[in-house]
Amino acid sequence: MQALDYISAGSVGEVVGLLASSNGKARILVGGTDLLVQLREHRRNADLLIDVKNIAELTTIRYDSQVGLWIGAATACFEICHNKTVSEHYPGLVDAIHLIGGVQIQYRASVGGNLCNASPAADSIPALIVHQANCIVASANRTRTVPVEEFCLAPGKNALQPGELLVAVTVPPPRENFGAHYLRFIPRNEMDIAVVGAGASVILDPAKQKILSARVALGAVAATPLFVEEAGTFLSGKEISDERIREAARIAQAAARPISDLRGTAEHRRRLCTVLTRRALEKAIERARNS
Amino acid sequence: MNKKVRVQATINGEDVEFLCESRQSLLEVLRETLGLTGAKEGCNNGNCGACNVILDGALVNSCLVLAVEIDGRRVTTIEGIATAQGLHPLQEKFIAHAALQCGFCTPGFIVASKALLDQNPNPSESEIREWLAGNLCRCTGYDRIVRAVMDASQVQEKTL
Repeated sequence: MQALDYISAGSVGEVVGLLASSNGKARILVGGTDLLVQLREHRRNADLLIDVKNIAELTTIRYDSQVGLWIGAATACFEICHNKTVSEHYPGLVDAIHLIGGVQIQYRASVGGNLCNASPAADSIPALIVHQANCIVASANRTRTVPVEEFCLAPGKNALQPGELLVAVTVPPPRENFGAHYLRFIPRNEMDIAVVGAGASVILDPAKQKILSARVALGAVAATPLFVEEAGTFLSGKEISDERIREAARIAQAAARPISDLRGTAEHRRRLCTVLTRRALEKAIERARNS
Repeated sequence: MNKKVRVQATINGEDVEFLCESRQSLLEVLRETLGLTGAKEGCNNGNCGACNVILDGALVNSCLVLAVEIDGRRVTTIEGIATAQGLHPLQEKFIAHAALQCGFCTPGFIVASKALLDQNPNPSESEIREWLAGNLCRCTGYDRIVRAVMDASQVQEKTL
């Protein structure tokens, strides 16, 4: 790895100050599970690594039934998955975050890092999209909010402007009769990158027969994680039925723009979109009915 | 930027001070500066687990930790698993079950298993298999490793 400097920052203000004066040569370090590998392989460059793991705001999980969930961008996946509040109120998020690497990666990797790395196959992102999560972004002058579905722009490229820091991901409080699920297909049981991933969420009516609203998002079938708004719109206001779920899955498949690579062919991925979207919706509905 | 940084940490219970460059991984410093060659460099990208150490109670790949990050923290490597009284039950059971062939992955597996038993003294077979998914072994087929860990957890239960 090239020579570089390292600073462990103590506050968000210090980080944005360093970013502003770094001419784009500084990178944020959390778990390093993507960044250190990319630096070693010269896929990214940096003169300065700013470690943000000692900033309380970035490593805190907060929950309020009125406001929702705050996950500091540097919180380790292990902390999130073993947090009782998160598992109780947001099992659909834990489905996805739990899949990011083995235990060694879980202890270091963060959801903020998963977002900033902007891999089309990132497991946490479709799950965050179906939970209507937002990214809290700070710079020297202001703080802004970016919906998760707008955060990734291309493989490895995110919506952060020079000088901006992803501080946290926020998730709205779970609504009545809400359910969500994320799943993926990989050829082995653990520790792999999604061939296709699918997330779904639903809000049911009080009788739990009708879908009031739904969201579907896919991973690894486009240049960025893909929010398939039209699949949710199709289901909204309709009685639950197997045929409608299959139709929503077909809509998701039609929105996918997969490529063929070493993990699978475009055709295989298109078929997986249908199957995984259907299963994600079925499980989301089951969770909403049991909520 | 090639300047060296002074780092103080506790490694296997001993206070240690060393100089390193910011770019150096903990694995590199353990092996090349501190002479602790038990942690192995397999993939150097977080896939294989051969370099596993325990950092303040957390199981990590030392190839994906910068050495400067451990300032003020506690690290346990494979060299810190046995005590003056003898081998750790995991080490004894890995031998008893012949849970190794070439042995390159073994330090990582034992450190990872130690981290598991520290927080879950009586894991099920599936919990062990899931926990060890981040450690690769190309010789044994894993079965003997899993049996050794199960057996060690029972020995540990009896001694506690």
